[in-house]
Amino acid sequence: MDYFAQQLINGIVLGSIYGLIAIGYTMVYGIVGMINFAHGDIFMIGGFIALISFLILVSIGLTVVPVILLIVLLVSMAITALYGWTVERIAYRPLRHSFRLAPMLSAIGMSFVLSNYSQVAQGARVKPVPPIITGGYTLLEQNGFVVRLSNVQIIVVVTTIVLLAIFTWLVARTRLGRDMRACEQDQTMAALLGVDVDRTISMTFVIGAALAAVAGMMYLLYYGLVDFYMGFVAGIKAFTAAVLGGIGSLPGAMLGGLAIGLIETLWSAYFSVEYKDVAAFSILIIVLIFLPTGLLGRPEVEKV
Amino acid sequence: MTATSASPLLAIRSLRAAYGKIEALKGVDLDINPGEIVALIGANGAGKSTLMMTIFGKPRARAGRILFDGRDITDLPTHQIARLRIAQAPEGRRIFPRMSVAENLQMGADATDSGEADRAAGLERVLTLFPRLKERMAQRGGTLSGGEQQMLAIGRALMSRPRLLMLDEPSLGLAPLIARQIFDAIRTLNRQDGLTVLIVEQNANHALRLAHRGYVMVNGLITLAGTGAELLQRPEIRAAYLEGGRRA
Repeated sequence: MDYFAQQLINGIVLGSIYGLIAIGYTMVYGIVGMINFAHGDIFMIGGFIALISFLILVSIGLTVVPVILLIVLLVSMAITALYGWTVERIAYRPLRHSFRLAPMLSAIGMSFVLSNYSQVAQGARVKPVPPIITGGYTLLEQNGFVVRLSNVQIIVVVTTIVLLAIFTWLVARTRLGRDMRACEQDQTMAALLGVDVDRTISMTFVIGAALAAVAGMMYLLYYGLVDFYMGFVAGIKAFTAAVLGGIGSLPGAMLGGLAIGLIETLWSAYFSVEYKDVAAFSILIIVLIFLPTGLLGRPEVEKV
Repeated sequence: MTATSASPLLAIRSLRAAYGKIEALKGVDLDINPGEIVALIGANGAGKSTLMMTIFGKPRARAGRILFDGRDITDLPTHQIARLRIAQAPEGRRIFPRMSVAENLQMGADATDSGEADRAAGLERVLTLFPRLKERMAQRGGTLSGGEQQMLAIGRALMSRPRLLMLDEPSLGLAPLIARQIFDAIRTLNRQDGLTVLIVEQNANHALRLAHRGYVMVNGLITLAGTGAELLQRPEIRAAYLEGGRRA
């Protein structure tokens, strides 16, 4: 039981990171109907920017950890958002009225561009950082087995919850959120009602990239390393999470993220670490056989 | 056809538009004066809906000019045209199916940055015209009946306090009673609020009785124009659009 509790905690933390990335996939899919394959690399960029801004802050002698974390969070969100905006602007928008596969191919190209650019600019080696946040709580101690909840884990989960609350409010209650939903449902009609569709799509990429940046920073805090290649696997996992939850559905992305995180962690704990990805993808396949639109996806047909 | 009025609210000059290689508008001239209801009638595929959409730049005009209140809007981005307070209840209604009725109406209000007081007054007006919507405020747009969706589409357009309201086949697919309610609402808006309306209809009888002036469109060209009463008397109109035969 204690072992299970510990794995549950680990799974939720990993799932939070996947979920934050998955939201970017699902949002972009909802509004422009394409899979943004470069999104995983945006997450990687977020991790690097977090690392760089952390090192800069430390080197100028800042020592107050909460202040450092807050600045790193804001800086990586802002700069990564700029990357997201730029990618959309140069690689997707010119192709928006092209054939359907064109932006998708462009996205795959963008993914290579971003990871190779990081490899050239930052080097190919894994970049470790010493633990920034240490300590934690012992929840349970039984038969020599300790269930621990570390401070990093708390920070990851709390940050995710807070951001999701803000994000949900933004989508449900603000003008921008309403415009985003309008564009998702009927772009032509949205334009007829004065919505600047191009700007709204840009903002979708900006928000998705900012959330991916948070995921990148959390990854850095949690695993203590980043590398130029980390966007690929994490991106595929988060994309899987978005599909599992029902692509286009925001709560679905989060639920899918948690599900993938838990499946992976529990499978590694009870069966084998080597096959954790096989387990995650198998569950995806099984779910899609019975629920083709994912856990919270809606059927394609709408009553009009 | 030339402009007769000194300053039409909307002036369309030699407008051409096409979908790919298919030319849908072949040089259309049309005027709408402030405070007028203008009906545009014609058979399926004549280009009526295309004309309405081309005013919004979807598709873009290939040639010709569109002037709104004297200003050339031909090349303006669609959303900026909407912000000039030109509103459309388009073909197929295009309600946002996964937004509530209240949010659909709010989308209309968002089109023009009106203040909170204006928004509340606009909402009040819409709900007075279409009391049915009041009971449906929290319901999703996609779950409304056809007539309710049409009311919502018109209500949403009205929420932007339009200077020009364009209605594309507002009676299509509706029970006669509901259709009459909608025509009554349009007449009320025109008489009480001085709203300028362009209405596209296949139901020529209804539309020409409602309108001050009408245009007949055939294959992308305006072939006839006149007051509503005049057009109703024309034998070729009676034959083509009124007495059962709906020849293209």
